[in-house]
Amino acid sequence: MEQTHNSSFITHNSQHMNKLVYLIPLFPLVGFLINGLMRKSLSKSLTGIIGSVAILASFIVSLILFLDVKTNGAMAVNPLFTFIKTQTLTIDFAFQVDQLSSLFLLIITGIGFLIHVYSASYMHEEEPQHFARYFAYLNLFVFSMLLLVLGANYVIMFIGWEGVGLCSYLLIGYWFKNNNYNYAAKKAFIMNRIGDLGFLLAVFWIINKLGTVSYAEVFANASKLTAADATAITMLLFVGAMGKSAQIPLYTWLPDAMAGPTPVSALIHAATMVTAGIYMIARSNVLYNMSEFTMHVVAIVGLATALFSATIAIKQNDIKKVLAYSTVSQLGYMFLGLGCGAYTGAVFHVMTHAFFKALLFLGAGSVIHAMHHEQDIRNMGGLKKKLPITHITFLLGCIAISGMPPFSGFFSKDEILAAAYAHSPIYWVLGVAGAAMTAFYMFRLYATTFLGNFRGTHDQEHHLHESPKAMTIPLMILALLSVVGGLVGVPEILGGHHELHHFLSPVLVSEKAHEIPHNTEYMLMGISVAIAAIAILFAVNKFSKNPEMKEAEGLGKVLANKWYVDELYDNIVVKPLGSLAAFFKNIIEKSGIDGAVNGVGKLVQYGSRQTRLLQSGQVGNYILIMVLAFVLIIFIWINDGHIYRFITKLF
Amino acid sequence: MNLIQILFWLLSGLAIVSALMVLISKNPVHSVLWLIVVFFAISGHYILLNAQFLAIVNLIVYAGAIMVLFLFVIMLMNLGKESDPQKNVWIKLAGAISGGSLLIVLVSLVKQASEINDKEALLGNGNIGLIGTLGKVLFTDFVVPFEISSVLFLSAMVGAVVIGKK
Amino acid sequence: MPISNYIIFCLALFTIGIVGVLVRRNAIIVFMCIELMLNAVNLLLVAFSKMHNGVAYLTDKSTIVGADAQVFVFFIMVVAAAEVSVGLAIIVMMYRNTKSIDINFLNRLKN
Repeated sequence: MEQTHNSSFITHNSQHMNKLVYLIPLFPLVGFLINGLMRKSLSKSLTGIIGSVAILASFIVSLILFLDVKTNGAMAVNPLFTFIKTQTLTIDFAFQVDQLSSLFLLIITGIGFLIHVYSASYMHEEEPQHFARYFAYLNLFVFSMLLLVLGANYVIMFIGWEGVGLCSYLLIGYWFKNNNYNYAAKKAFIMNRIGDLGFLLAVFWIINKLGTVSYAEVFANASKLTAADATAITMLLFVGAMGKSAQIPLYTWLPDAMAGPTPVSALIHAATMVTAGIYMIARSNVLYNMSEFTMHVVAIVGLATALFSATIAIKQNDIKKVLAYSTVSQLGYMFLGLGCGAYTGAVFHVMTHAFFKALLFLGAGSVIHAMHHEQDIRNMGGLKKKLPITHITFLLGCIAISGMPPFSGFFSKDEILAAAYAHSPIYWVLGVAGAAMTAFYMFRLYATTFLGNFRGTHDQEHHLHESPKAMTIPLMILALLSVVGGLVGVPEILGGHHELHHFLSPVLVSEKAHEIPHNTEYMLMGISVAIAAIAILFAVNKFSKNPEMKEAEGLGKVLANKWYVDELYDNIVVKPLGSLAAFFKNIIEKSGIDGAVNGVGKLVQYGSRQTRLLQSGQVGNYILIMVLAFVLIIFIWINDGHIYRFITKLF
Repeated sequence: MNLIQILFWLLSGLAIVSALMVLISKNPVHSVLWLIVVFFAISGHYILLNAQFLAIVNLIVYAGAIMVLFLFVIMLMNLGKESDPQKNVWIKLAGAISGGSLLIVLVSLVKQASEINDKEALLGNGNIGLIGTLGKVLFTDFVVPFEISSVLFLSAMVGAVVIGKK
Repeated sequence: MPISNYIIFCLALFTIGIVGVLVRRNAIIVFMCIELMLNAVNLLLVAFSKMHNGVAYLTDKSTIVGADAQVFVFFIMVVAAAEVSVGLAIIVMMYRNTKSIDINFLNRLKN
């Protein structure tokens, strides 16, 4: 095993384990190929089994690797092949399995598997070939996401990064016969492209300055970067993260992405893809630690996003839109954590958020399924009795996201808030305000949906039924994880050991320790929990009996219309671009380019028509020209010396 | 100036004058007759060069067969002086001038060429032009091209018949 | 006899042939001029053959150096005969179709 020298992270060398790594992305790829190529011949149940088993196999391998990493530390993985080789730059197609990536592997494959199982039931109304197309995309997504997480350098990460963007586009536009969904898909893709450009420029910058893209070498040589370079690289990387993780100003695609099937929203737009930005920044923590400025920007953008989208979520009436804005808000918290140097907290929140947000989305999917594709919560209510399992699991998810101890959300959110307090108390105040809003809108959603009386049509009421087992079992598993998932990161002041922190510490080397007096920390916890609890009680009281049915007015209307950000973007970006494009199309294209092209054509035509006359078709003329040319050539040949002298004199 | 040189100049003058007459004659029949004179003069040149075989072949093939064929065609079409199409006088002038300048250029080229300044063509002597010598060469070294030329003749015959029948 | 005399004489014949092709419109005359050019070339070939033969003749009276040139001339005559038969057939056909032997009628290449 000669190639191990190119990774300085390697602490041991388990020869048979590292071969398993390649199986992880291979299974979903094979699943994608089978489902994608044979989508017209496979039956629906077979498709579902292939898609799910592929992810299950990946999950098992990931689990084996995770346990190995847990006991032995990061493992060496041989590069698969040399991807790009130039004289000064060599990029290997290499994977890296360490604490951070193995944790993400577990999240992706574990939740991915549950969502695959759920999807098999949720999507059963689709035609077989579209059903298979769905699973093919889903498998391709998991493959890309695994590539993103496993890659040992920025280029492999970028391949996965683009792959998940593509799959997100394909899955948002899954029901491509509805043009609005296609617009949503395009919007997501284009917004992601803006971010991707930043990422790409950052990679170029790294290559230019350090001549390598491998994490190990980049971080080992990070001290060679000047402060300005580090700031530029990290800012550009953050632009990429903004696009992928839906932060201000590139967040508007995520709520629109709810056009896709609900399990897709759960997998891609809540649990995995949107956390790619957090993964990237946590992975690049060495670089980020070098730039104070970027850290401030990350924290402020994260906090602003968290608050901003929380306010929007308060007034949304579409069950998925609420969850979408909630996701944006929670992602904002993660960036706040990253910006405050609490990398573990951010990754921890990624994990817990993956549990409860996937749970909430799947629960919402269950509700939508039962309501026959009704998504407006004003037409629901009182679903508590009809959908008992969905109700219980959804409630657990709401409590978890609201940060009630000892549910998972409490520990991760508290860690971020504590780091924010250590950074600046103002951050903490705003963070708690956001948390209160989160609790408020989540329980507004819960109360409006599940409590009170049913407000839908009789037909819907008649058909209300609990979802099949394939849907409820993933809900139950995720609910369990949402409840207990936080226990891996119980902070020391609450008598825990924060195992996640110890586990991740070899990778997140620049984690900032924040020392807060214990009394203060107890107080902070108490305040945030109390405020959240008050918000919950207020929301449940307010909305269980008298849900707001009217269209919002005043400030509420602004919130319901998402602060008119979409309209703003439309006016300052889309419309000027549109009119510029129209100008190009109608003026430049028509008279400029077309004129030039047609002019050339006409010129050639005219010239040809004139020169055609030379070709009289009369043999005599041809021979005459031939003889004259013959004379000329011989004349030149005889007098070549004179002509040469004449020309040299001229020039 | 010996007899051979006299003959050379005589034959050359005859050939050039006759060739010009081919051009100048309005009546195609006259052109053909003048061309036959040219061929006779050239055959005379062959004899001067002791190329007896070619001299006689030239007479038989060109002056005999080919020119008879020309004559035959002209008479078949009943072409006369009046049916002869005439070119524009300027084009005639242009043709004459370009041909003349070609001749001048080529002659000046020959005059400049030092390689052939002192070379002589053997007149009268030498036996390579004899039928026996050429026959041996033809039927030993060049027997394959000779046979192939028979195929050429056959195809030319077929071609002529096919074209003529249309 | 200096070889340059032969060359110039043959050039003169050849140029007359070219001028004939250029100035006459009668297809048969043009054809005859082509034959004239061929003959000029033939004569020059024979003259060159005798030139080379003359050099070898000084040492060996029975030399056959240059005989292949005369065989070559023979083949040219063969080809010319074949060419004339086909060419005249074409002219006859053209005359049948257009009632003319004006070479300017043969301008189908124009379109």
